[in-house]
Amino acid sequence: MDVAAKVVEVITREQHLPPGTVTLNSTFSELGIDSLEGVNILFALEEEFKIDIPDAVAQNMKSVTQVVDGLTRVLEGKDISDLVAIAKGSTPAASH
Amino acid sequence: MGQNGRKVVITGLGVFASTGKERESFFTNLINARSGVRRISQFDPSPLSVQIAAEVPDYNPTDHFQPKRLDLLDRFTQFALLAAREAMESSGLEVQEEERPRFGVVIGSGMGGVQTFESGCFNVYARGATRLHPFTIPKVMHNAPTSQISMEYGAQGPSFSTSTACSSSAHAIGAAFHLIKYGQADMVLAGGSDTPITMSMMRSWESVRVLANGNGNPASACRPFSADREGFVMGEGAGILLLEEYERARRRGANIFAEICGLGMTSDATHITQPSVDGPARAIRLTLEEGEMRPDEVDYINAHGTGTPLNDVTETEVIKRVFGEHARRVAISSTKSMHGHAMGATGAIELVATVMALERGVVPPTANYTRPDPQCDLDYVPNQAQERPLRAAISNSFAFGGLNAVLLVRRLKSDPM
Repeated sequence: MDVAAKVVEVITREQHLPPGTVTLNSTFSELGIDSLEGVNILFALEEEFKIDIPDAVAQNMKSVTQVVDGLTRVLEGKDISDLVAIAKGSTPAASH
Repeated sequence: MGQNGRKVVITGLGVFASTGKERESFFTNLINARSGVRRISQFDPSPLSVQIAAEVPDYNPTDHFQPKRLDLLDRFTQFALLAAREAMESSGLEVQEEERPRFGVVIGSGMGGVQTFESGCFNVYARGATRLHPFTIPKVMHNAPTSQISMEYGAQGPSFSTSTACSSSAHAIGAAFHLIKYGQADMVLAGGSDTPITMSMMRSWESVRVLANGNGNPASACRPFSADREGFVMGEGAGILLLEEYERARRRGANIFAEICGLGMTSDATHITQPSVDGPARAIRLTLEEGEMRPDEVDYINAHGTGTPLNDVTETEVIKRVFGEHARRVAISSTKSMHGHAMGATGAIELVATVMALERGVVPPTANYTRPDPQCDLDYVPNQAQERPLRAAISNSFAFGGLNAVLLVRRLKSDPM
């Protein structure tokens, strides 16, 4: 399975973006993706890949590369302790 | 600003309803007694005993909004944005950067984003979904139209939503009127939006036994003040008006549709569903008092006129109590006979009709009137519009829960030179 191609496809679909807009180098901020839209993309990816994405991984998904990297590690059952450490120092996705 | 506050005028009108998706076709249909009531098309209504409603026909969201934007807009917010767009365009208003903090938005809704909420509930309860779309809350909340309109037009002044069932938008417009009158804002987009035509809402209203059952002939199902009336017809839509401080409107050469000069608000404090005579009568008196007008200066009453056996008798009694002998001369009509009962939007939709009637000197009729009820013996302008000069008009909204709001509008009196 080409994880990167699927991720690009899901983000393009959920954000209603023209094909070709999303590349592996895109950041969420460049694509205008806000925190709630990020949650929506996360849910869509979980459905697409039939997995649960741990919060620590999710919180580090701010670019397409990070999404592909995080997903690949979850799919392959790799160690995510570095992401957990980063997540502990980060802020929640939404306020109010 | 004097003790009596500033003069407030209506400089923009917008409506999105079953009888018209903009004000001209809306009013033309009303004065020609054309009903917007049809068989429900948003879902298969076959299981329902009442299968009709006043739906906005042939509505396709992507004709009006980009797909990405629609992700965040429940149907009731879409309608509100469309009515607000018309109100702004008709006003010719261009808001300067420094004026934004003086520009507010007050929108009422009875049910909010009920369509989004119901589909979410269905997913949770029936399909076992463990989570819902992250936009569910911002779509469902009652203040979604207020917030979306505020963002669309950069309105940074006092902004909030009201929810008082059938009086929601009358309260919203009344609050907006007072914001300007007492100096907290100079311009306010005010009105209401509701899109409550869903299977669950229809089932809920069926149980109250106030809906007219006109499956065989939807257009004539709602017959306010007529002896054979059976109840109201569920409707949907939005009405939004631009209210503006008079001097400001005059300086910019705005087209002024009418002056809004009175708001009467009361609570029956008696019964959760049965209307009283006292509460609505006091509300009408208060609005006349604020506008410093005598009852016999009011030439048109856009009635709450739901078409239920109880409302129409009570409202007739209310009008007689306040207007005395003049009750027999004043023109009274229920435009709900055509655009249905659009719940939290209905007061605003009816105020648009009232303002257009005042401006043009044409009273829209009460459609589907067949024969007099001895307890409803006033001039309800049956079936045929009437041309007559109108000085002032009131629009009645009496909500379930006994919360009443009455608005007074009049043709702008020219200033002494």
